[in-house]
Amino acid sequence: MKGNFIDNLPKVYGIYTGGFIGFIIIMAIAEQMGMTAKAIGIAFVAFTVFIYALIGWLSRTAQADAYYVAGRQVPTVFNGMATAADWMSGASFVAMAGGIYFKGYGYMALLVGWTGGYVLVASLLAPYLRKFGCYTVPDFIGTRYGGNLARFSAVVVLTVASFTYVTAQINATGTIASVALDIPFQYAVYVGLISILLCSMLGGMRGVTWTQVAQYIVLIIAYLLPVFWISNKMGAGFFPHFMLADEVARIGELEQQFGFVKNAAADLKSVPKGLAGITKAHSAVNATPWAFISLALAMMMGTASLPHVMMRYFTTPSVKAARKSVGWSLFFIFLLYSSAPMLATLSKLSLIDPNLPTGIIGKTFAEVEAIDWYQNWNQANLMFISDFNGNGTLELNEFFMGGKAVVLATPEIAGLPYVISGLVAAGGMAAAMSTADGLILAIANAISHDVYYKIIDPKAETAKRLLVARVLLVIIGFAGATIAAMEIQGILGSVIWAFDFAMSGLFFPLVLGVWWKRANRQGAIAGMLGGLIAGAWYLIWVRTGGSGFLGITQLTFGIFGSAVSLVLMVVVSLMTAEPDKATQKMVDDVRVPSGKSILGKSH
Amino acid sequence: MSNQQKHWEKTRGLLFITLAIWFVFSIGIFLFGAEMNEVTGPFGYPWTYWFTCQGSLGAFVILIFWFANRQEKIDEEFGFSEREDE
Repeated sequence: MKGNFIDNLPKVYGIYTGGFIGFIIIMAIAEQMGMTAKAIGIAFVAFTVFIYALIGWLSRTAQADAYYVAGRQVPTVFNGMATAADWMSGASFVAMAGGIYFKGYGYMALLVGWTGGYVLVASLLAPYLRKFGCYTVPDFIGTRYGGNLARFSAVVVLTVASFTYVTAQINATGTIASVALDIPFQYAVYVGLISILLCSMLGGMRGVTWTQVAQYIVLIIAYLLPVFWISNKMGAGFFPHFMLADEVARIGELEQQFGFVKNAAADLKSVPKGLAGITKAHSAVNATPWAFISLALAMMMGTASLPHVMMRYFTTPSVKAARKSVGWSLFFIFLLYSSAPMLATLSKLSLIDPNLPTGIIGKTFAEVEAIDWYQNWNQANLMFISDFNGNGTLELNEFFMGGKAVVLATPEIAGLPYVISGLVAAGGMAAAMSTADGLILAIANAISHDVYYKIIDPKAETAKRLLVARVLLVIIGFAGATIAAMEIQGILGSVIWAFDFAMSGLFFPLVLGVWWKRANRQGAIAGMLGGLIAGAWYLIWVRTGGSGFLGITQLTFGIFGSAVSLVLMVVVSLMTAEPDKATQKMVDDVRVPSGKSILGKSH
Repeated sequence: MSNQQKHWEKTRGLLFITLAIWFVFSIGIFLFGAEMNEVTGPFGYPWTYWFTCQGSLGAFVILIFWFANRQEKIDEEFGFSEREDE
C-alpha cells in the first residue's frame, strides 16, 4: 500500500470490516455443517482478540508523544469511532437494554445523560484542553493552577473514579470470556486482563486508538445486526427504530391485561440473586421529574469530567478537529444507544405476548421448562420461573431474568442461528475491553507522567518514563482484575459511581480553569479534594442507612459532591490572591485556537 | 475592546445559546414528561418516550455539529483560526 498509514486508514479499516463480515459468513456456514455452539463462541472471541493484539503489536512505539497522545494525528472521524468504543463499555453493551427492559422510563435517563454530556464536552472543555497541549488531565490542572499539590489532587480524583470504573469493565470481560470459553470466572478475569494489556502495553495511546476503532466496528455490527434481524423475523418492521410504535403500544396493552402483581417477600427469597421480574410500565412515565433529571444531570456532568474520554480529544491534529470529533463520537454512540430501547421492546414483546410463538406468559410450567433456550439460560443462572400462585400457568410476575440476558439471550429466544450469539459475545468483549484499555491507560499515564515524571524525577529520560508507564499499566491492570474477581458491586452500579466520583472532584476545577480567570490554585485544590470527600461521604452515609436529602440517591451523589466543590472553589478563590499575570495570559492563550499550544510537543 | 476580548465575548455568547438548547432537550422536556407522554409523537411513539429513545439524543448530535461550525466562523472572523501547517 502506498502512502503513510494515516492516509490509508479508510482503506485499512474497510478491508478489516470486510474481513470481519467474511468471518461471520464462514462461521454461519460452519454452523450449518455442524460446528458446535461452543466452538463458534470460542472462535469468535479468540479471532477478534487476536486481531486486537496484532494491532497493538503493530502500533508499538518508543516516543513519548506517540505513547501518550498517539502523535496527535488521529483524524476526526476515526477519533470519533475510537471515542465511541472507549465510551461504550460493558454496561452500555450488555446491561443497558436490560435496564430499560426492567425499569422503562426511569432508567432511560441514562440514555439522555450518557449522550447529553457530550454537548458539555464540546462546548466547555475539549477544544480548550486540546489547545493546551497536555498529555493527561492532571497535566492541565497542574499547569493551569500550578504546584504539585494541585496536580496530585487531580491524580487522586482521576484514580478513584477510573479505578471504580475499570473493575466493572474487567468484570464484564471476565463474564463474557467465562461464558464464551467455558472456563471459571476467576480465571476468565485474567484472560480478559491479558487481552486488554496486549492492546495497550506496547503502543500506549497509539495502540489503544487503533484497536478501539477496530473494536467499535465489531461492537456496532454485533449490536445492530440482531436488532434488525429480530425485528424483521417478528414482522415488527424492517427498520425497527421508526416502526415499533405498535409494539410499544401492544406492550402497554398486555401490561394492563396482566397487571403488575406484587410478589410476597417470602416468594422472592427463592429467586436467585441478580434476577428480576418486570414490575414497571414499559413506555409510561414512571419516575418523578426530579428522579429522572437528577440522574441524567449527574451522568452528563460526569461525562465531562471523566479523564479517559477527555484524553481522546488530545489526539486530534487541531482544535477545530477536536470539536468536530466530539460530534462524530456522539454520532457513533447514538447508533447504539438509539437501538437499545428497540432491543428491549422486541425482547419484552417476544417473551410476554401470548399471540407470538415465542411468548411464554400464559403457557403451562411444563411447556416452558421443556423449551431448549429456557433450560440453557436457567442453567446459566439468568432465567428463573416459579409457580407462586400454584395455578400451573406462568404469570408475568412469576418470570425472572438477569439484566444481561436481554442482550445475550434474545437472539436465541427469537430463533436466530447460534452464529449471532457468538457475534454478540465478541461485541460485548470488544465493548468492555476498549473501555478498560482507555481507563487503565488514563490511570497509568497520570501516575507515570504527573506523579513520576513531573513530581518525583523531572530529569528522567523518555525510555525510562515509558518503562515506568508500562510497569504501572500492568500493576494497575492486575489490581483491577483482583478486585473484579471479588465481585463486590454489579457492573452498572460501579459505572454510575465512577461518573459521580469524577464530577464531584473534577467538573468545576476543569470548567472554571478555562472559563473563570480568577480561579486560583487554593480554590482548585479545595474544590477537588472537598468535592471528592463530600461525595464519598454522602455515598457512605446513604449506603449505611442514611436517609439522604433532596432526593439525591447513591446513584446521584455527584450532584452533592460537585455542589460542594463549586462553593468551595469559588469561596476559597475569592478569599485568596488572584492568579499571577503569567497564568492569566495562559488562560487568554487557551481561549483562542491559533498560536502555539501552552505545553510543548514533547514535555 | 481588543480583538481577543471581542472574540471571547462572541464565544461566550455562543456557549450560552448552546447550553440553553442543551437544557431544553436534556432537562426542560422531562419537567413535563407525564403530560407530554399522553400525546402521540413522531412515528407513533408517545412524545416523551420518543425523546428519551431518539429525539434528545439526535438533537445533541446536531447541536454539537452546529456549535462546531458556528465556533469556526467566530474564530475566522477574528483571525484566530489555525493555519493548516501548525
